[in-house]
Amino acid sequence: MKNEKRELIDKDGLRVDGRKKDELRPIKIMVGVLSNADGSAYIEQGKNKIIAAVYGPREVHPRHLALPDRAILRCRYHMAPFSVEERKSPAPSRRELELSKVIREALEPTVFLEQYPRTAIDLFIEVLQADGGTRCAGITIGSLALADAGIPMRDLVVACAAGKVDGQIVLDLNDIEDKEGEADVPVAMMPNLNLITLLQMDGLLTPEEFEEALNLSIEGCRRIYALQKKALKEKYISIREEVET
Amino acid sequence: MPIFFENRDIVAPGDLLAEGEYIAGSNTYKEGNRIYASRLGLVDYEEKRVSVVALNAFYVPSVGDLVIGKVTEVNINGWVIDINAPYSALLRAFDVIPKFKPQKNDLSKVFDIGDMILARVIAYDRTRDPILTVREPELGKITRGQIVKITPTKVPRLIGRRGSMINMLKRETGCKITVGQNGLILIECKGPEEERLVSMAIYKIEQEAHTSGLTDRVVEMIRKEKERMIKNEK
Repeated sequence: MKNEKRELIDKDGLRVDGRKKDELRPIKIMVGVLSNADGSAYIEQGKNKIIAAVYGPREVHPRHLALPDRAILRCRYHMAPFSVEERKSPAPSRRELELSKVIREALEPTVFLEQYPRTAIDLFIEVLQADGGTRCAGITIGSLALADAGIPMRDLVVACAAGKVDGQIVLDLNDIEDKEGEADVPVAMMPNLNLITLLQMDGLLTPEEFEEALNLSIEGCRRIYALQKKALKEKYISIREEVET
Repeated sequence: MPIFFENRDIVAPGDLLAEGEYIAGSNTYKEGNRIYASRLGLVDYEEKRVSVVALNAFYVPSVGDLVIGKVTEVNINGWVIDINAPYSALLRAFDVIPKFKPQKNDLSKVFDIGDMILARVIAYDRTRDPILTVREPELGKITRGQIVKITPTKVPRLIGRRGSMINMLKRETGCKITVGQNGLILIECKGPEEERLVSMAIYKIEQEAHTSGLTDRVVEMIRKEKERMIKNEK
């Protein structure tokens, strides 16, 4: 069995898609892509294509879910039927429900929920094309969509994963590395406050390897954060440059 | 006591704005002696106060605000109005009909679902929905004109310093413009052409609210459009 496995890192230390061990996939982020939503964002990270939309704060329906002292954040992570090679049933699966919860809990600490009691903020994350690391990309643009909607936040949240492939710690796993590799450590953090809001580990790592993976993830987060912030400001800066020159 | 940006720089949530003896103004928060932005906007340092002028936000009701809303529900003793805020507002029947009797008066004859009304917020705190009144001249059902919607945070920009922007718009176009604090604006003109012109100008102000020299550019645009309109008539 072990002999049949394909090599994930070649002799030169390059991975299946030609990246180095600590290299991110190419990332493109856009903000404000949907006109009907209060806030929205879109990301392409390697072959991942994900869109996020925020509505609210608005009245809670059904009514009994409303909390008297704070807003509720509702999150739906969903994969389109055509997002993976074999058609995925559009009904929410166990995995999607879990990721919805995980993403919600990664974003909740950043939002000032207590300022708008009895309301709901709805976040929809739709995966159009999946290639590993969608929860991290979902968190990254989820927080951008919240910021675009003008919802008061402590910080942006940015997420990135690291993992173990062919016995080595690598950054930002893609689908093949995620499925055939040995371990996966997704991390979400608030970069300015230096706080981690999500930390998971799937697979087996020694304590030293775990620490290395965590530090690599944080490094990846910092790099994505720069792109994330630039994308958020881009819309307004371009208008300003256009008319003031 | 350092500050980390210049006035009118665009900042994102979580950006560290200042450290030391500063006061946290709107759209910022304080963590120890550091002040961070909580919204995307333009930073404003004014002596000891650090604040952020948000680029996009939703309307939060405040007592005394003039608002434009849409009737979404007619109840036994009042109406439910959508005022473009996280909370829907209530307009009580007693406010409109002095000797109101639920058995006698048919409220849908006064304001029906879908009607737009101009009203003022008379009561609001975060534990209860806002309450509106129309007991003032000029308030009540909107019967003519056109309504445009902008981001509520850009209403102050539309009005301008001591009303400079809005007065310029009225002077240049000869229209009546009523600005709701919730981002809905009523335009009443002589003809549809002028209404189109005003809404164009308002959208331009919304788009370019964070730039300088805006009033002059809007005047220029209106004058050009007016010339074009005159030419078309000939």
